[in-house]
Amino acid sequence: MSGGKLVGIVLVSHSASVAASVAELAKGLAGGKETAPVAAAGGTPDGGLGTSSELIAEAARSVDAGAGVAVLVDLGSAVLTVKALLAEGDELPDGARLVDAPFVEGAVAALVTASAGADLDAVEAAAKEAYDYRKA
Amino acid sequence: MLDAEFFRRWMSATADAVDREAGRLTELDSAIGDADHGSNLQRGFAAVAAALEKERPATPGAVLALAGRQLISTVGGASGPLYGTLLRRTGKALGDDSEVTPGKLAAALGAGVDAVAQLGGAKAGDKTMLDALIPAAGALGESLSFGAAREAADEGALATVPLQARKGRASYLGERSIGHQDPGATSSALLIGTLADTAEAGA
Repeated sequence: MSGGKLVGIVLVSHSASVAASVAELAKGLAGGKETAPVAAAGGTPDGGLGTSSELIAEAARSVDAGAGVAVLVDLGSAVLTVKALLAEGDELPDGARLVDAPFVEGAVAALVTASAGADLDAVEAAAKEAYDYRKA
Repeated sequence: MLDAEFFRRWMSATADAVDREAGRLTELDSAIGDADHGSNLQRGFAAVAAALEKERPATPGAVLALAGRQLISTVGGASGPLYGTLLRRTGKALGDDSEVTPGKLAAALGAGVDAVAQLGGAKAGDKTMLDALIPAAGALGESLSFGAAREAADEGALATVPLQARKGRASYLGERSIGHQDPGATSSALLIGTLADTAEAGA
């Protein structure tokens, strides 16, 4: 537990609709009433495909309650942009962390775990575990 | 010695060169990538030129740090964080000196190139921008000649043609990526070429 504060989740995709839909899916499957804060940062500010450091930073600030922020990404520039922002030091809230997980499955696992009041390490572990679930 | 003004001229020459070559970069990227390398870098370096005009940083390190930051926030594709990291780390390695020697720039550029390799998890021969940058930084460090760095970068970019891509969008193509020059190595050669142009043009 993390003192009553919930870990925030940020979903970064090349596409605004993918990020928003995965957030909706995760909220739906996290179920019930209150979930941990989740924000989508998809596409470029003008609505194109790509990654926007502004949208990511804004999303991270919006879900930061002081318990840490788990950032899940899809591919390519989403991965590199978040890594570059973390290396910059002051762009993302303290306790923001890039979580290495499959995007959709990891988002669901992260949000369910965060909504249960788990700390950032546990949220990260749950999201990463999604890699071990083989489908065939 | 190279001052802040030199680095501003380098960045503005790069913005012009990227503008001029955007079509060619996008054409190379349409063969093995997602056909946006030219327009992405064009947008990024236009923002760099505008920011440097407005803020006029006082040291070489600050010029490159500001340029790198602009690229990360405006490009939208993988070249943003990669070029942004290259320039920012190079700038950081230059420190707060108001003028730097070519030797110091060579060492700083080496640090920037290492940071790019670390960020992207790529190495020489993966058919990426590193195939132009690694030889360029090496040549500059050895000879302190910007012309030699340009030559090494151009050769490195050309040498990506027979390689199979192992990183990024092009790697999904497997063997079909062979026979095409890498757009990132090409734009990197452009960046090193404008450095040499700026040095040769003098003050």
